[in-house]
Amino acid sequence: MLQFIFRRSVGAVVTLFLLGAVTFFLFVAAPSDYASLACGKDCSPQRLHDIREALGLDQPLAQQFWNFMSGIVMGRDFPTGHCNAPCLGVSFYSGDPVWSTIMDRFPTTLTLTLGGAVVFLVVGVGAGMLAAYKRGSMVDKVATGASMVLSSFQIYFLGPIVLIIFVYSTGWMDNPQYHPITDDPIKWFTGLLLPTLVMATIFTAQYTRMARSSMIEQMAEEHVRTARAKGMSSKYVFFRYAWRGALIPIVTVLGIDISSMLGGAVVTEITFSLQGIGRLAVDGASHKDLPLTMGVMLFGAFFILIFNILTDIAYAYIDPRVRLS
Amino acid sequence: MTTLTKTEDAPAPTGPESFLSVRDLKVQFSTEDGIVKAVDGLSFDVERGKTLGIVGESGSGKSVTNLTILGLHSPRSTTVEGEIVLDGKELVTASERELERLRGNKMAMIFQDPLTALSPFYTVGRQLSEPYMKHTGASKKEARDRAVQMLEKVGIPQPKMRFDDYPHQFSGGMRQRAMIAMALMCDPDLLIADEPTTALDVTVQAQILDLLKDLQQEFGSAIIFITHDLGVISTMADDLLVMYAGRAIERGSVREVMREPRHPYTWGLLSSMPRLDSDVDEALTPIPGSPPSLLNPPTGCPFHPRCAFRDEVPGTLCTDTRPSLGDGRAAACHLTAEQKQTIFIDKIQPRLR
Amino acid sequence: MSDNLTLPAQQGPADVTPAEPLLEVQGLTMHFPIYGGFPIKRKVGAVQAVDGVDLTVGVGESVGLVGESGCGKSTTGRLITRLLEPSAGKITYAGRDITHASRREMAPVRSEIQMIFQDPYSSLNPRQTVGTIIKSPMEVNGIEPEGGREKRVRELLELVGLNPEHYNRFPHEFSGGQRQRIGVARALALNPKLIVADEPVSALDVSIQAQVVNLLKKVQEELGIAFLFIAHDLAVVRHFSQRVAVMYLGKVVEVGDRDAIYNRPRHPYTHALLSAVPEVEMDDDAEPRERIRLSGDVPSPIHPPSGCRFRTRCWKAQDKCATEEPPLLQISGNRAGHLTACHFPEEPTTEARDEDVILDPALQALEGSADQG
Repeated sequence: MLQFIFRRSVGAVVTLFLLGAVTFFLFVAAPSDYASLACGKDCSPQRLHDIREALGLDQPLAQQFWNFMSGIVMGRDFPTGHCNAPCLGVSFYSGDPVWSTIMDRFPTTLTLTLGGAVVFLVVGVGAGMLAAYKRGSMVDKVATGASMVLSSFQIYFLGPIVLIIFVYSTGWMDNPQYHPITDDPIKWFTGLLLPTLVMATIFTAQYTRMARSSMIEQMAEEHVRTARAKGMSSKYVFFRYAWRGALIPIVTVLGIDISSMLGGAVVTEITFSLQGIGRLAVDGASHKDLPLTMGVMLFGAFFILIFNILTDIAYAYIDPRVRLS
Repeated sequence: MTTLTKTEDAPAPTGPESFLSVRDLKVQFSTEDGIVKAVDGLSFDVERGKTLGIVGESGSGKSVTNLTILGLHSPRSTTVEGEIVLDGKELVTASERELERLRGNKMAMIFQDPLTALSPFYTVGRQLSEPYMKHTGASKKEARDRAVQMLEKVGIPQPKMRFDDYPHQFSGGMRQRAMIAMALMCDPDLLIADEPTTALDVTVQAQILDLLKDLQQEFGSAIIFITHDLGVISTMADDLLVMYAGRAIERGSVREVMREPRHPYTWGLLSSMPRLDSDVDEALTPIPGSPPSLLNPPTGCPFHPRCAFRDEVPGTLCTDTRPSLGDGRAAACHLTAEQKQTIFIDKIQPRLR
Repeated sequence: MSDNLTLPAQQGPADVTPAEPLLEVQGLTMHFPIYGGFPIKRKVGAVQAVDGVDLTVGVGESVGLVGESGCGKSTTGRLITRLLEPSAGKITYAGRDITHASRREMAPVRSEIQMIFQDPYSSLNPRQTVGTIIKSPMEVNGIEPEGGREKRVRELLELVGLNPEHYNRFPHEFSGGQRQRIGVARALALNPKLIVADEPVSALDVSIQAQVVNLLKKVQEELGIAFLFIAHDLAVVRHFSQRVAVMYLGKVVEVGDRDAIYNRPRHPYTHALLSAVPEVEMDDDAEPRERIRLSGDVPSPIHPPSGCRFRTRCWKAQDKCATEEPPLLQISGNRAGHLTACHFPEEPTTEARDEDVILDPALQALEGSADQG
């Protein structure tokens, strides 16, 4: 197992490096030049040169790339001062170090993601399992119907409606905003409650359908029938035999969902005007801010790779055939 | 050869020895295409300690019958009518809770493919212990001892170590042995084996079949042995039931059915099958056509579209009247006893030499 | 559609020594590599699926290839039809070495060697009509028969016992047995000289099996096509094949004519295999057959036993069997053409022995206690 984790970690580092390289060169190859953008309309060649020098754009490409990548591991010196590892460079646009910007924004995204995950796992998977257990009953019909309707909604549609009802017309809640949990746990909770719930609703619907269908699929497995033929109670069979197999697709999708949300819940953040990683990524791209875009991209890729490994570890835990081969 | 003297309409009596008795069982599934009459008016008895073989091709209803006995059919889409009495207890109307107490305890099942029929997620030992703990109230330790003992009995080497292995770490033959050990954990009175050796190689099949026979001697269980293979059934069973299109079409002891079969379908099965001692220059005699769809089974005798001897029966009897299966040694066919005997001796027997 | 495939009575004795070899296989070997390791994947072992198989199929002859799962019989079939590239050995077809023949070199031979597969459901393209399926080998090979391809397809449909009117139907409109007939018609489209049939009837119900077996037998006898008939069912193989080769763990352990293999087997494995076949006893005067029950399953072809591969399950094995691999020879007492790879062969009979051979520990224990009790 340890060897497996080691192997996969080495693979992840190599992948991150390659990803960095690809993004970097794609960005550089793009037709727009940040320096001339920053220089503005009345740009003199001298001013352009100064900006280029200040941003390090006058150096050879390979050197720029090396500076960026080595900075992540070892830190890096800028004319404005030293940037500690992990240094993702300094934003062209704001002049702030990218890493600290990301760290400022990350708690918002993390809260959204974890809060949402708790809701859609408990409610979504729970409802799906209940529907599968009582297949064909009223409970099943309601759960299936509701999830069908809800999953066809979109965050940017549901979000404004919720805002209108709970914030603008009734004033029951404040405009969604992130408060650090260390400052005020209650405000932290209520501040992001609406966006979390709206995002979770959409996911809940999807997880309900997935949990229901994979439970039903598992209940039809031969080994589940064997367990029933042994006289094990239907509850026991459901939760011990069928559930174990149904976990595999749920874990797979969960890994993908959480890792991509941690890399930025773009639609939710923009709908509710939250300053999270997703918003940062959009800003970086629209300002053609190379260090910021690369930083956010690598940050997101890091989670995807980590959750990939975690998902595989979960498989090994669930299924001994994976563990013992 | 015994002659048919009894009328074929008489209901089969439930003798004191019959330990499992199935009467006029009807199982229907509702599907998108319509209602499938998987089992249609089936009656049979199994005696204590004896083996009843049920033979039939795919779609004959043999597996459905046995899932129904255990109550493992899906209650939502299936309707079951008739009577299943196990040792005085009615099973069709029994509650799920009552069935749970019987399954794995008084009646157990061995499935065809041990790879898919054992859970990949739990150790073989755990899967063996569970029903024993549930049905006998044994402790974990006692269940473990019993499981190890059973694994040893079915010929799994180093059973103490293999107890903690997962099914995928067993070979095909060993998995089926583990499955047999699991079925025998609670010393069931009735064992249902559904094509238990079809997925196995022939040398392993021979081992497993002998093992089942030897274990039956020791445990004294009644066995319902389901298969499509006439060779397997003739080495395993005492009595035989031949099924076609959800109905029993011939019944008798294995010896009777194999040596003096009375139904044209049984004749067809026997003469379409090459044997190790049959004449290789003689062509096989296949049954023409294919088995019928159970969505829309033929009227009258279900075998009439494929039957070579329909012309021997006067009128439209075969196409509009369903022949009934009498009790004891019987065949559900409109041919008279004399006709059956003549046809068998003149036309069928020479092919089987 | 006619299901009555009555055949003309066969002329002469069943066991004919082939006049000339059509297909010759020497030392045919297929090792599937297993890759593993980190960081660079390398070959860490091999599945020795087929390991030095010698086989001859004469013109118009039907040879059976039997054995249990993992013995390499299907792989052998795929190597001969060149669906797989052999690791070693030599395949000679009609005097021409086709072992490593390229696509172009294979082209003239390709049409003469055809294959019939086990699964009539998955080996036919569900989106093509029966006509298109049967026609496609002619199109691929650019063959324009007299009277056109469609006419030829209709002839073929009739030959395999299907209605020529069904030319425009799709595979799902046919039953399993009929689909296998379509597979046979497709194989016949190019007038092959050799058909490799890999378990052609195993997926079919008993009553349907006989229809297809009769059809294949008719095709073989009337059109003079040589067959390599691969199957695990010994009775079906016996019915169909004049000569039979028995395989175990990638090797041919015994080969001979039908009588030699089924009535005068010498290799202990052939004995075990025959004795394991469950048979319907039709009458009381039948000779009781010997009872041999091996123990355990076939070992893994990744690490096959040294020397004789059957020795780990053999009741006659001695030290020599572990060190020396027995060659496939005509051992003393065998007739010409009956080859056995065994150091300590059995008597050439299948009659019951004084004492059954029971190697299975569970059977030993259960039957031993029953005898005492």
